[in-house]
Amino acid sequence: MSEAVAPSIGVPAPRSVTQEAPLTRWLLIGVAVGFLGLFLLLPLAVVFTEAFAKGAGAFFASFDEPDARAAIWLTLIVAAIVVPLNAAFGLCAAWSIAKFSFPGKSVLITLIDLPFSVSPVVSGLVYVLVFGAQGLLGPFLSAHGIQVVFAIPGIVLATIFVTFPFVARELIPLMQEQGTVEEEAALTLGASGFGTFLTVTLPNIKWGLLYGVLLANARAMGEFGAVSVVSGHIRGLTNTIPLQVEILYNEYNIVSAFALASLLAGLALVTLGLKTLLEWRYADQIAGRRRH
Amino acid sequence: MRPQNKMSASVAPAKKKARSFTAPSVIPGFGPTFGFTIFYLSLVVLFPLSMLVLRASELGLSGLFAVATEPRVAAALRTSFFISFAAAAIDVVFGLVAAWVLSRYEFPGRRFLDAIVDLPFALPTAVAGISLAALYSPNGWIGEPLADYDIKIAFTRWGILVALVFVGLPFVVRTVQPLIAEIDAELEEASATLGASRAQTVWRVLIPPLAPALLTGFALAFARSVGEYGSVIFIAGNLAYVSEIAPLLIIVKLEQFDYAGATGIATIMLAISFSVLLAINLIQAWSQKRFGHV
Repeated sequence: MSEAVAPSIGVPAPRSVTQEAPLTRWLLIGVAVGFLGLFLLLPLAVVFTEAFAKGAGAFFASFDEPDARAAIWLTLIVAAIVVPLNAAFGLCAAWSIAKFSFPGKSVLITLIDLPFSVSPVVSGLVYVLVFGAQGLLGPFLSAHGIQVVFAIPGIVLATIFVTFPFVARELIPLMQEQGTVEEEAALTLGASGFGTFLTVTLPNIKWGLLYGVLLANARAMGEFGAVSVVSGHIRGLTNTIPLQVEILYNEYNIVSAFALASLLAGLALVTLGLKTLLEWRYADQIAGRRRH
Repeated sequence: MRPQNKMSASVAPAKKKARSFTAPSVIPGFGPTFGFTIFYLSLVVLFPLSMLVLRASELGLSGLFAVATEPRVAAALRTSFFISFAAAAIDVVFGLVAAWVLSRYEFPGRRFLDAIVDLPFALPTAVAGISLAALYSPNGWIGEPLADYDIKIAFTRWGILVALVFVGLPFVVRTVQPLIAEIDAELEEASATLGASRAQTVWRVLIPPLAPALLTGFALAFARSVGEYGSVIFIAGNLAYVSEIAPLLIIVKLEQFDYAGATGIATIMLAISFSVLLAINLIQAWSQKRFGHV
């Protein structure tokens, strides 16, 4: 910084050659802050303003509705099923990919990333094609009275699909970076395989794992497009919070819609806060910041 | 790693033969973890996606062409692709400025803004959708002043653009930001000592190596925008032929039990997003060769 070493005799310090003129700098800061404020902060502010537009009473009354409570419960249940399953998958995938070498590894990694490049609506659609009335397994399922699409199993499956890569893609690069030396040391000293995982590997990856679980959970609770296709929108039964928000909004029940939405916005803020904290505090233990 | 492998191979040569698929290793658990990985991946992702491919192959190329040229479908695909393209372009310009400012300047609130850039990743799309619609509707905070000038954003194509700019922004910022942070100061100093003005240095020395990352960010934002549903439908107005996006039309077709139509649109969208992903990989491979970084 040229300012720091400038002689304090009233002569303006010459600008460093690797900096822009102050005017340019402030102009760029203005553009960036204005743009981020307009596109990120305002929408966030609107959620909470609209939720409290008719006071705290109306806000809290929104959560007394049985349909709203059912939606909150369903969202929690779906996340409680989906997140552990995908975390277990992420651990298995990362263990086999990072600790062993075998042919076709990069193909496998690409396939794991696949759900991120599929539109949420298409993610829902593929399950309708498998389990729907006209789908591959439709006749078999209806003959046995099992309902998948337009019921909770369909919602769980669609949510698994859209959150599938989160934990795995967080852990694979991290565990590849860490290599196998520590595990080999533990094994040669007589530790059991699972004991090695629990006492050597897990402590090394815990922050990365938490990071992946956080992102997966936020997405699982907030997923809209995929769930919307398979849910059937049955009030009090197959509506998650985002779907209930849609229904309330379309009925012009704006305060209730935004009250429920503010739960999800709060979850997003907590997720962002923890994410920033993890990136700042344990940057070296979560394999850096990459695109999502 | 190598010495241990050799050792395990010499200690237990029989084991090596039994697991010829992997390189020899003392680490246990490959079988169950790899098996579960493949099983779960196939069951949850590959099997359902292959159903889409199967249905699409039943349609055939002529069937797909018939779906794509249906006027309403063609209009929706055009709307989705052109507006996604425009939104990604806007994101590249403002995302570059934001990434530059966030990583090179110090000002109050910088850390907070840096954290909030990820908001579109974390905020559920339906929440973003209703709040953008409320913001830009004729009695919203932004919509109301604009209405005085007869500018309508919500419930028009401009609304779709606004939502897609929101959705794609972090992809550009987060792709470019690490590279800006890593710019070698010597490059700038060399350029300045050789007599370049600051603008010349920025434009001709600093920005060109960022181009591949900007292209990658553009492609990621574009791919995400084409498939985006939740944040768009509330603000779009969803008028057939005008402001109807392709993902919404898939849902409309499903509601009419037109599985073939829905499959057709989905296949076209998938084909395009995979081509975009392929393009990203090619750009990155080229960039690795040309600049030594992605």
